[in-house]
Amino acid sequence: MEGFGFSVLKERHINYDANDKSIAEYIAEREPSFRTCIECGCCSATCTTGAFTNFSLRELQILLKRGENEIAREQISKCMLCGKCILVCPRGVNTRNVILLAREAFRKLMKNEV
Amino acid sequence: MHKADKKRVVVIGGGAAGLEAAGQLARAGCIVTLLEKESETGGHVKNWYHLFPDIRNSDEVLKYLVRQADHGNITVRTGVTAGSLEKNGKSVIVKTSRGERIISDAVVLATGFDLFDSRRKEEYGYDIYHNVISSADLEVMFREGSVKRHDGEIPQRIGFVHCVGSRDSKVNNLYCSKLCCVTAVKQAMEIKKHIENARVYCFYMDMRMGGALYEELYKESQESYGIVYIRGKVSEVSDNIDSRLIVKVEDTLAGRPLRMELDMLVLMAGMEMSESGMRLAESSDLQTAENRFFAPADHHFGSNRSNMDGVFYAGTCTAPMNITDTISHARAVVADVTDYFRNINA
Amino acid sequence: MKSEGKKRIWAEYQKEIADDHYFYVRSCIRQSFFPGSEQFFLHFLGDVLGKDIYENPSHTTCTGIGYHADVVPLSTIMTVIARHYALMKDAGYRHIVISCVTSFGIYTEIFETWKHFPEELEKTREYLYKATGREFDLPESMTHTSDIIYKFRNEIADRAKYRLVNHETGEPLNIVEHIGCHYSKMFPKYGVGGAEFPNVLGGMIEAWGGNVIDYPERRHCCGFGFRQYLVQANRGYSLSNTTKKFSSMKPYKPDLVLTNCPGCTMFMDKWQYTIREMEGTVYGENGESIPVLTYEELAGLVMGYNPWDLGLQYHMVQSEPLLRKLGIEYDPADKFKTKDGRQMPLPQNLINA
Repeated sequence: MEGFGFSVLKERHINYDANDKSIAEYIAEREPSFRTCIECGCCSATCTTGAFTNFSLRELQILLKRGENEIAREQISKCMLCGKCILVCPRGVNTRNVILLAREAFRKLMKNEV
Repeated sequence: MHKADKKRVVVIGGGAAGLEAAGQLARAGCIVTLLEKESETGGHVKNWYHLFPDIRNSDEVLKYLVRQADHGNITVRTGVTAGSLEKNGKSVIVKTSRGERIISDAVVLATGFDLFDSRRKEEYGYDIYHNVISSADLEVMFREGSVKRHDGEIPQRIGFVHCVGSRDSKVNNLYCSKLCCVTAVKQAMEIKKHIENARVYCFYMDMRMGGALYEELYKESQESYGIVYIRGKVSEVSDNIDSRLIVKVEDTLAGRPLRMELDMLVLMAGMEMSESGMRLAESSDLQTAENRFFAPADHHFGSNRSNMDGVFYAGTCTAPMNITDTISHARAVVADVTDYFRNINA
Repeated sequence: MKSEGKKRIWAEYQKEIADDHYFYVRSCIRQSFFPGSEQFFLHFLGDVLGKDIYENPSHTTCTGIGYHADVVPLSTIMTVIARHYALMKDAGYRHIVISCVTSFGIYTEIFETWKHFPEELEKTREYLYKATGREFDLPESMTHTSDIIYKFRNEIADRAKYRLVNHETGEPLNIVEHIGCHYSKMFPKYGVGGAEFPNVLGGMIEAWGGNVIDYPERRHCCGFGFRQYLVQANRGYSLSNTTKKFSSMKPYKPDLVLTNCPGCTMFMDKWQYTIREMEGTVYGENGESIPVLTYEELAGLVMGYNPWDLGLQYHMVQSEPLLRKLGIEYDPADKFKTKDGRQMPLPQNLINA
């Protein structure tokens, strides 16, 4: 029926149990440093891309870990692989490899080129 | 020195601080009476399984502590509670639950801490939902070698809630208990050792890893054990029809609320001033701080001294401390006590 | 679930509920949408239990709707409440009984405000005196109508004609209890059983033989909210929260939703219709919706009153499935007749009927 002028809203929750975490698992198996991120944001602060667009490497990593793959997928191609994030990361996360593996995972697991 | 010249010290509390202080005082030549309210000494340590940061079996520490207090100058009296302290000239008289008046030259309070009673955080449903347990309950499960749900199943998805009863003005505890973060890290790793394929999540506000090798342990838990850390305080827990726990939490770093179903939830209970310590503070006019722990005479160079001459503090009755710091604090009290004896003799 | 744990919490949140001599203040929503509730409440206390319950015709709305919609300022609503206390003082009563949870929240909020900011109390005294020449005293006790029914739940059980069990299977009915947010979430101490595990409705359900359901979204707001429903474009927020609750309770197959707040009763009832129209979803068994009743309506059913005298036909979701389960006899022909037997126009497309 139409004409209510309002509707049931979609919940904003991250539905953790239902979400597919296979991309994150693919990355973590090949690049264990991916797991050690403490979300400090140092990578995003120094990021060339993030300075001018709404790209955050910190956020991208957490989205992948929570299985919010669609939102993450849209972001990945923005990275220019300059590697400044690797230099600044206090945890030693190989962030460039994280990006490369993420692209690979989307291609292999989702048959879905980034 | 003749026995008659020796100083008499009463140590109140037979946990890590009390046992260490008694041992060190005895070695310094004092005649020590150790009062323990429980039927045996050892305090909280005897309930723990493995200890951070080196995953040592707690029994080793317990054995060390008991050996420390096994000395000819020490009389250990269990099942005795100290009711109040009273100054009489230079002596301090300890009145006990058995109606005795023990005359001493100095008293060391090592009354320790109580674990926060998780039932006070009603929204987590401890003591209501079967599979909501406390960090202390989990240690018992580890000791018994069996981590199981109430229905006997092996839990596959386990969550840890940090800061239960700490950093929480709703329960009047604004302070950080310091050890719960690293305990959660340790317990999360232990879970993975007990249940290989378990998925383990820690819900934290901040990871406060300010102790030797804590941060290293944290990183190891991420890298080698795959423990998932989610920054956000759980606001509410409920049971679903399959008796799984539903937690409400925001993933503050993703900026969105997160829904998750768990088989078991562990509440990281904080540390509070012990009830027996509070009773003594009240009956004997000992000053306490805003956090209700005993207020040391000076934060920088008098952390073992009280506001009453001849009465000293050791260990977690003054602030949350780990075992290492507790033992150091208990050793330090001996310096203050012997100083005090020198000064009153002079 | 460990019931001892809940009992321990309930023991900590017991409030003083006056035994007699009540000054009663009505609810805007209740007297309009489920008028049988207030009618039964007054009848039960006055005629059945013989209590002294008084209402003053000069009593007005508490203006809570306007307050929560940001059109009535705090100083105004405090003065309105003060006027009600003045009416109470004039009539010689000290125990106020509040029929609406929104009002109850406002009374408790103002009571606490005056306690913590005595200068606000003095200002309010001045405003009321200047405007009306009236003076007032603070009440000795503040209770919600559901507190009173809770207090007398066993008296109702003693007079019960029906138990909350399926008369065919003998199984207790599964009942969802929903507590209005403003009943105890603002001040847990004013609610029977506190805020996390309230027992005001659960206690009634147990006393009358039913089974209380604890489902994951039990503590979630029904979604009502004056701001949400007053503006059409915002109603989705209200509807979505109700949907969240119903989806969460559905696996437990509830036979009934019992609420203590007029807003919750209204929206948990009416939004079921809306969701069914919008998305085709129903939350009860057999393609039916779940009846949503007030505690007085349920008490009346338990005591054997005619469901049409209790006004159950004025709900959006009709109660016939519940009546059949309870084994309550009713005459469908009488459903929309006036007390003197005249036929009223029949509503179209009744849900569950």
